[in-house]
Amino acid sequence: MSKGRYGDFGGQYVPETLMTEIHKLEEAYEFYKNDKDFNEELDKLSREYAGRPSLLYYAEKMTKDLGGAKIYLKREDLNHTGSHKINNVLGQALLAKKMGKTRIIAETGAGQHGVAAATAAALLGLECEVFMGEEDTIRQALNVYRMELLGAKVNAVKSGTKTLKDAVNEAMTDWCKRTHDTLYVLGSAVGPHPFPMIVRDFQSVISREAREQILEKEGKLPAAVLACVGGGSNSIGMFYNFINDESVRLIGCEAAGRGVDTDETAATFATGSTGVFHGMKSLFCQNEQGQIAPVYSISAGLDYPGVGPEHAYLGTSKRAEYVPVTDDEAVDAFEYIARTEGIICAIESAHAVAHLIKLAPTLSKDDIVICCLSGRGDKDVAAIARYRGVDLHE
Amino acid sequence: MNKLTEAFNNKKAVIGFMTAGDPTFEQSITNILALVEGGADILEIGIPFSDPIAEAPVIQQANIRSLGSGMTTDRIFELVEKVREKTDVPICLITYLNPVFKYGYDRFFADCARVGVDGIFVPDMPFEERPEAAEFARKHGVTIIPLVAPAEEARIKAIAESAEGYIYIASAMSDEGLTEQSKAELKAVADVVKKYTDLPTAVWFGIHTAKEAKRVAEIADGVIVESSVVDLVTKHGAKAAPYIAELIESMKIAVG
Repeated sequence: MSKGRYGDFGGQYVPETLMTEIHKLEEAYEFYKNDKDFNEELDKLSREYAGRPSLLYYAEKMTKDLGGAKIYLKREDLNHTGSHKINNVLGQALLAKKMGKTRIIAETGAGQHGVAAATAAALLGLECEVFMGEEDTIRQALNVYRMELLGAKVNAVKSGTKTLKDAVNEAMTDWCKRTHDTLYVLGSAVGPHPFPMIVRDFQSVISREAREQILEKEGKLPAAVLACVGGGSNSIGMFYNFINDESVRLIGCEAAGRGVDTDETAATFATGSTGVFHGMKSLFCQNEQGQIAPVYSISAGLDYPGVGPEHAYLGTSKRAEYVPVTDDEAVDAFEYIARTEGIICAIESAHAVAHLIKLAPTLSKDDIVICCLSGRGDKDVAAIARYRGVDLHE
Repeated sequence: MNKLTEAFNNKKAVIGFMTAGDPTFEQSITNILALVEGGADILEIGIPFSDPIAEAPVIQQANIRSLGSGMTTDRIFELVEKVREKTDVPICLITYLNPVFKYGYDRFFADCARVGVDGIFVPDMPFEERPEAAEFARKHGVTIIPLVAPAEEARIKAIAESAEGYIYIASAMSDEGLTEQSKAELKAVADVVKKYTDLPTAVWFGIHTAKEAKRVAEIADGVIVESSVVDLVTKHGAKAAPYIAELIESMKIAVG
C-alpha cells in the first residue's frame, strides 16, 4: 500500500510526471513542519497578520431561541481575507518560498481560497495564478476582482462543468508543465498525498484553539462539533483535535443542492461511492461507469464531486456523521443567523448552521455544540438576493 | 516474446491512438482500421473519461464526444472484438483508473484477455499505486505499460526493471511542442532506462508532425501519435479515415 492512506482511502494517483515533485513537497514538508524557524514565522503571520486565535463566540440569542444545547460559534469568518482558507495558504506559501519556488497556483470555487492565495502571494512576494471555473467567476465576480487587485492572474476555466472540479483539473495540468518554479497550493483537504495531510495540519489550528477555548470557558468538551464539507478543509480542521475525544460527535454538513434524490446535488456521502479521482482514492459522486458526476450546489465552495480521503475514512468507519443540507435550508439559515446574531456568514458555512438549527433543540441544555463559521458572507449577498427574487445591482 | 515488445522488432514503431466511440462507435472502428492501414505497429484505444486531466484539449474534446455518443466500458470490449475480427496488430487500452476500478479489476482484465487486449496504460496509476491492479492484470496475462519521466535514477531503475512490453517516456509537458530542451530531457530519461532494461521505449509526448516524429526516433524506439490523429477526426468527421491512414504512413516513413 502506498503512502498517505486513511484506511483504504488516500494514496497518490497522479501521472508519473508529477511524482518527483510530489515527493519533493513531501520531503520539504516533513522537514519544515518540525523546523523551529518555520513554525515561529508561521505563528507570527497567523497571529499578527491573519488575526489568530479566532474567537469562540457564545451565541446566546440562538441558544435561547432554539431552546436546547448551548451554542458556540468558531469565528473563522473574522480571519483576514474572511475565511479559514488563510490558515492553510500562509503555511503553504511559506513552504513554497522555503522550497525556492517563485510562483504559486491555486484552484478556487467560491473564491475564498483564491483570495487567500493571492493575499499570501502579495505578502510574500510570489507570483500567483488562480484557476476558477467560468461559472464561478460569474457567481463570485467580486472575488475575481479582489484577486486581481491583489496582483493575481485569474484564469477562467471553460472545460467540463466550469466549476471547482474543473479548476482543480486545470491547476493540476498547469503544475505538470511548470514544476520547476511553481508550487500548487491546494485549498481543500483533497488530492494526492501529501496535500490532504498538509491542509489538515495547517487547518487543525481551528480545533486546537476551539478545544482549549471551550475547556477554559465551560470546563468540559462539547457534545458535538459541526462544519460544512465540500472537499473538507474547514471540517477536517474543526474535527481533527476532537477525533480522539470519543464523546464528541463530529458532524459534517454537505451540500444537497436541490435534494439528494435529484441530479442537482453535491452530497458525496449521501449519493457517492468509492472511486479514484484527483489523485486520491475516496468517495465521489459518479455514475456506475466511473464517470464523475456534474454536481450542483448554490454554494460554489461546496460544489465539488468528492471529499477528502480522511473524511471518507471518518465517515465509513462511523467516527463522523455526514448529513445533507439543501439550498433552501442553507439560505434559510443564512438569513436566520443574520437576524438572530447579526452575523452574515458564508453560504458554505450556512449549511452547517442549517443543521445546527435542527440539532440544537434535540439536545439537553447541559450539552454544548460548536459550529464552525468557516467564512463571512459578503461575497454571497448578491446571490442570496437573486435567490429570493430581489433585483439587486452591485 | 510479449506481442507488444515484438512490435518494435527491427524497426521504429508508430503507435496510433484513437478514442473509442469518437465520434461514434462505428466510425471509431473505421478510424482504428485506418491506423492499421497506415501501418501502425500498435493500436492505442482510449476509454473515454469525464475528466481526462493529463490530456491535451483536443483529446479532452474527443472524450466528451465519445461519452456523448453513449460509450460505456462494456461497449469498449465489444469494439475491440470487432477490431480483432479484422487485424492482429497489438492493442493497448489507455484509460484513467476510475473506469477500471468501478468495473472491477478482475472482471476488467478478464474481459481484456477475452477480447484480445494485450496491454493497458493508466496515466494516473504511477508505480507505487500499481499493485492493486497489477495482481489481476498478471492473472489474466495483460501487460501494464509504465511511464518514466525525469526522476532520480533509483526511481527510473525500479520502474524499468519491473517493466514488461515497452516503456513510455515523457518530459514535462510543454505548450511549445518538441523543443531542444524537451528533446534533451527525453534523451536523458531514455539513456537511464536503457541502462536497466532491453525493453523498447516509446515517447509519450505531444508529437504532431512527421518532422517531430523523426527527431524523437533518434532517441527512442517508437512514438505515439495522438493529438494529430484526433485533430483529423475533429476536422473531417465521418470522412477522416483516409487522412488518418495517410498521416500514419507519413509518420512511419519519417521514423524509418
